Amino acid sequence: MTVIPPSRGMRPRGLWPSRLLPWLLALGLLASSGGGALAAKRPFITLASTTSTENSGLFAAILPRFTAETGIDVRVVAVGTGQAIRLARNGDADVLLVHHRASEDRFVAEGLGVGRRDVMYNDFVLVGPGDDPAGIAGLADVGEALGGVARARAPFVSRGDDSGTHKKEMALWRAAKVDPKAASGDWYREVGAGMGAALNISASMGAYVLADRATWIAFKNKRVLRVLVEGDLRLFNPYGVILVNPQRHPHVKAKEGQAFIAWLTGPSGRAAISAFRLEGRQVFFLPGS
Amino acid sequence: MGEERNDMVETALEPAPTFRLEEARHAILPLVLRGVCFEADGQRLIDGLSFQLRAGPRTMVLGPNGSGKSLTLRLCHGLLDPSAGTLGWHGSEGEGVPGDQGGNGGAAQVRARQAMVFQRPVLLRRSVLDNVTYALSLRRNAKVSREMIRIRAQQALERTGLAELAHRQARVLSGGEQQRLALARAWATEPEVLFLDEPTANLDPAASRAVEGIIAAIHAGGTKIVMTTHDLGQARRMADEVLFMHRGRLLEAAPADSFFNAPHSPEARAFLAGELLW
Amino acid sequence: MNEILAAFWHALGLLAGGDPELLEIVGLTLRVSLTAVALAAALALPLGGALALFRFPGRGALVVLLNALMGLPPVVVGLGVYLLLSRSGPLGGLGLLFTPTGMIVAQVVLVLPIVAALARQVVEDLWVEYEEQLRSLGAGPGRALWTLLWDGRHSLFTAVLAGFGRASAEVGAVLIVGGNIAHVTRVMTTAIALETSRGDLALALGLGMVLVTLSVAVNGAAFFLRDWSRLRHG
Repeated sequence: MTVIPPSRGMRPRGLWPSRLLPWLLALGLLASSGGGALAAKRPFITLASTTSTENSGLFAAILPRFTAETGIDVRVVAVGTGQAIRLARNGDADVLLVHHRASEDRFVAEGLGVGRRDVMYNDFVLVGPGDDPAGIAGLADVGEALGGVARARAPFVSRGDDSGTHKKEMALWRAAKVDPKAASGDWYREVGAGMGAALNISASMGAYVLADRATWIAFKNKRVLRVLVEGDLRLFNPYGVILVNPQRHPHVKAKEGQAFIAWLTGPSGRAAISAFRLEGRQVFFLPGS
Repeated sequence: MGEERNDMVETALEPAPTFRLEEARHAILPLVLRGVCFEADGQRLIDGLSFQLRAGPRTMVLGPNGSGKSLTLRLCHGLLDPSAGTLGWHGSEGEGVPGDQGGNGGAAQVRARQAMVFQRPVLLRRSVLDNVTYALSLRRNAKVSREMIRIRAQQALERTGLAELAHRQARVLSGGEQQRLALARAWATEPEVLFLDEPTANLDPAASRAVEGIIAAIHAGGTKIVMTTHDLGQARRMADEVLFMHRGRLLEAAPADSFFNAPHSPEARAFLAGELLW
Repeated sequence: MNEILAAFWHALGLLAGGDPELLEIVGLTLRVSLTAVALAAALALPLGGALALFRFPGRGALVVLLNALMGLPPVVVGLGVYLLLSRSGPLGGLGLLFTPTGMIVAQVVLVLPIVAALARQVVEDLWVEYEEQLRSLGAGPGRALWTLLWDGRHSLFTAVLAGFGRASAEVGAVLIVGGNIAHVTRVMTTAIALETSRGDLALALGLGMVLVTLSVAVNGAAFFLRDWSRLRHG
């Protein structure tokens, strides 16, 4: 009697480590990811501000000083002015730092913020292609300059995003008695984007654009663009800081927020702001200077 | 003889020692079919099937292509529900409701006492041993330990000559080895009925003979064999009784000797002469 | 052309230099995306498989919806998750906005439909092959689901990798929900967006190349893991 001959085969190998290894790795990853969340236990505040301020590099320069002096971290969420105000309205930030007085005043009037203080100002510049098809270079009156752009139907890029810069731009068009929206899509290009994106597009298109000086100086893709009009008092751009009302949003870190506002508008903060340099130039100025 | 893996061997086997998973086992045979019909896409593929499957004899379902052999197996095994007629295990006639499996124990218990091997073996993407333990673990109850399952699986592999391949990936085995694994898997569950749908159709003669040997051993262990084949030589070797089907109808049901030597119907005669093609 | 060359130079410098800020950003990127993918897969694989195996009213519509959600715009997901996690929103009390955990939530929402839709297709195809045998063996639909998920693991793993690709490459969701806060929620894609908005295109592109290298590394590791696992099993 014989049995069915066994097929030739290899020795059996251990099973469990190889099959479990992928799962162990996955678990390890999940475990390690939890660790990071526990690490940051230093007190912090959330500051809603604008991309133009962030892109200038101001925050990277002055905020470490605040943290060194008080031990409080400042987490900057940099978005458009409209979005920053929306964040503060929702209570997703503790402090608001923007540069549009009308919006700031409305914010406080609606009871959403308290204790608005002046911080600093910078200015806007009208930037355009070096060959200046509208012929506005060097004009002292920005309203006249914008009129020239409209008459020449030269390409003009607008941020179109309800930001502080955009609102300033619209105010200037009104002062020049021009309605650019009628030409939207034609020579007036509304890009609905931040300052950097708008500058990128202008640089590629050879278009005119209104920019804040700090972003402009820090911007690395200037190509054919140059500053054509500056210095008009209407291009003045003041910043205000507001604490989100803790009575509206009880979770707001009122104490740390107030400490930040006090520092920013106090001697230490003011010194840091005026010491900030971009390409060797001061871009943010203290009120009254 | 050469050193091929599937050498022809004598397969006079005593019934292999078995474990009993459960204590008292209610036999599910006989299976009684009365007037079973099956329709699909508006076509009547099985018509008026009536027969009995009793414990003991190896039943071969024979017939040309399209005669409904595979469908019949699937109807019996419960993979398909009849459109009409009754199908009753435990010898009951069913309640007259199509598809009722009748008897005590419930449909799951009835299924658990059967096994089926298909023409192309469907194996899981895991080791040879794990394929068998998988089948056993599906029927596991509280009294059966993992260790016992592993031992039974190992035994099944030994009886089918696959012990040395226990830790190989099942998918890399040859066609013959895969079919032997499918059989080992079925055998390990100690089925009361084993259905086989053309199990050697895709295998070379040596592998086929090895498979036939295993089927014989399973039968010797007390399992009812119900098998289809289109290989007349295989049918003559293995059949105790024959169900001859043609175009969805059962034309003859007879002991093997009587069918092969003196078939009644002209279709059967033509089939045995190799002249009935469909 | 100059910019592209400068970008290559940047990328090499970044990769070789081991700049700590870059390492921090890379670490956070991996942490967020890998965690999101792991969580999404844990939910999506059984969900997709169940959708393949079970029949219920409205199943067809659900399959179509799931397939359509694969194309969900990340920025829309970001907005939706922001509205959920905002202090003024229903889940504001959890304090997850502007944290890596919030970003993980957003990416889970993005990745889950992809893995689920692909899992459904894989399991459905496998079921065609396995159905008769599994039913014969006595596997109920619940047991069959896990069996098919394991048997289809190679195809499903590729689906999970596709999910990782989507997560690590998107910027819309993590930007809105994370806020791109330096040292806290800045990942590779938001850092690239920042440098682009600063006009530093060469650096942005260089970071992009680093991100691609990262993706290649992750996929390479996955490939070797699978190969090694196959070898072990013989």
